[in-house]
Amino acid sequence: MPSIVSIEQVRKTYATGLTALHAVDLRIEEGEILALLGPNGAGKTTLISMTCGISSITSGRITVGGHDVARDFRAARRMIGLVPQELTIEIFEKVIDTVRFTRGLFGMPPDEDYIRRLLTRLSLWEKRDARIRELSGGMKRRVLIAKALAHQPRVLFLDEPTAGVDVDLRRDMWEMIDELRGDGTTVVLTTHYIEEAEAIADRIGVINRGRILLVEEKETLMRRMGRKQLTIELAEPLGAVPAELASYNLELGDEGRELVYAYDKAAERTGIASLLAGLTAAGIRISDLRTAQDTLEDIFVHLVRAEDREAEPEAADPEARAAEQAEVYP
Amino acid sequence: MNWRAILAIYRHEIARTLRSITQSIVSPVISTALYFVVFGAAIGGRIQEVEGIPYGAFIVPGLIMMTVLTQSVSNASFGIYFPRFTGTVYEYLSAPISYLEIVTGFVGAAATKSLVIGLIIFATAHLFVDLPVKHPVWMIGFLVLTCLSFSLLGFIIGIWAANFEQLQVVPLLVITPLVFLGGSFYSISMLPGIWRTVALFNPVVYLVSGFRWAFFGFSDVNPALSLVAVLAFMGICLTITWWIFRTGYRLRT
Ligand SMILES: Nc1ncnc2c1ncn2[C@@H]1O[C@H](COP(=O)(O)OP(=O)(O)OP(=O)(O)O)[C@@H](O)[C@H]1O
Ligand SMILES: [Mg+2]
Repeated sequence: MPSIVSIEQVRKTYATGLTALHAVDLRIEEGEILALLGPNGAGKTTLISMTCGISSITSGRITVGGHDVARDFRAARRMIGLVPQELTIEIFEKVIDTVRFTRGLFGMPPDEDYIRRLLTRLSLWEKRDARIRELSGGMKRRVLIAKALAHQPRVLFLDEPTAGVDVDLRRDMWEMIDELRGDGTTVVLTTHYIEEAEAIADRIGVINRGRILLVEEKETLMRRMGRKQLTIELAEPLGAVPAELASYNLELGDEGRELVYAYDKAAERTGIASLLAGLTAAGIRISDLRTAQDTLEDIFVHLVRAEDREAEPEAADPEARAAEQAEVYP
Repeated sequence: MNWRAILAIYRHEIARTLRSITQSIVSPVISTALYFVVFGAAIGGRIQEVEGIPYGAFIVPGLIMMTVLTQSVSNASFGIYFPRFTGTVYEYLSAPISYLEIVTGFVGAAATKSLVIGLIIFATAHLFVDLPVKHPVWMIGFLVLTCLSFSLLGFIIGIWAANFEQLQVVPLLVITPLVFLGGSFYSISMLPGIWRTVALFNPVVYLVSGFRWAFFGFSDVNPALSLVAVLAFMGICLTITWWIFRTGYRLRT
């Protein structure tokens, strides 16, 4: 089956001369939930804007449902719903009017029954006659979602749907996305929150500095990239890692009271047994053992950091990096 | 053609007007009534008539044109600038609609609004003066063409403007002087020699003159020339609009 969205060798250079995307390839399959994960300025919004017709495509080709978004824009755009990153909505309008308006804009005949069901599902039916400025931020975002779904699109782009949304509403949003998948709608969402991608996505794409670093099934990703850590608590603190155990790349922690061993769970030989034997042979007494697994967040940080280091090695200043990280994960 | 989209934009714009009905309709009517009082009564007391027409009646076509012109420009420019300013323009850009449909919706709505205002002023004028209309079809024709072409101009300004100042500056610095010097309150033949020639470079002169001809059957310039001028102006605006959408100027990043 052909992909519902296909992005081939797409490049974007803005009028300012800044290249926001470098020859990106991405295929989105019908019915899946794809999360695009990336730090600020990675190019997530740019990619979505080009697919939806808001930004021009510098070079390359994007098709939606087989329709070229530039040449066959009507057919392509009819299939797409977009919830923008910013809360851009006309605040003097009534909720139901703005939803009807979008439906009309997409050339669909009026369908009051559908709109009632849509608003009910988004818990907006009670508020249908309220002016948008009277709504809370979370409700406004739901109105934007209602607008994006007003013409029954097959692909829904959600650009940071849960930014500035409280925990309850975030869960609601996740449930709603799951329901949409139940209807067969393809959902592409961008997010800074790793736990969000982890919670709802089928596949995860990591994007940084205008390049897609990887796109994988969530489970595969976690399995493949999932490094495990074995922490060995020592009965007596050590001053240094014994020379005969150097091949394990151990790290000494907690002022010498811990040895940390990183291994790959999926590998045939984890090296745990031989390490423990080696410790015993060296006369080191163990008081406890504990293991921990990388979360998606660790994987993500790893990928992006590795790429950033490659991109500008001179910027390897740890303090700047910490500040950067703090920004990405508030 | 995505007619539903055109209708949606049109209705959306009209609804926006109706939400601020006072500001949209009442204020131009009041300001026109003031012109009547000032120009019609005060000056009309001194200038009895122009080319056989009582001065009060003589200025009506010019007054209507003046209001319709400025209203068209401001309605249409605000109509498209507002979504650009708030960011809701993303919806128009991501909808399955062509530039022609966007323009038809926005310009159609802006032109409708100024047409209605023009007609209201026309009706109001009857309260003050006796107002014959010699060629009613041409009168409506000129009015509609003016509404459309200046709404197009407004649309272009609304897309070009980078901030609210620019949105105001063109109407203030370009449209208003052209309108005041466009023969709304006098006949070009009343101007001294050289200025009569200069006036002929003002497109508004042709509009007012053609419109006045539809009322009274005489004009400063040949009404056919007026018609050609209006159509040419509209053609220029259409070309610019087409270019805007083809290149995505100020719309698509
Ligand atoms: N209209 C524009 N003109 C010029 N540069 C732009 C424009 N829009 C975005 N950029 C630049 O393109 C790069 C990618 O921006 P983009 O908005 O796509 O990032 P993002 O991944 O969505 O980030 P965020 O998570 O902050 O929303 C950034 O460097 C940004 O400054
Ligand atoms: Mg973004």
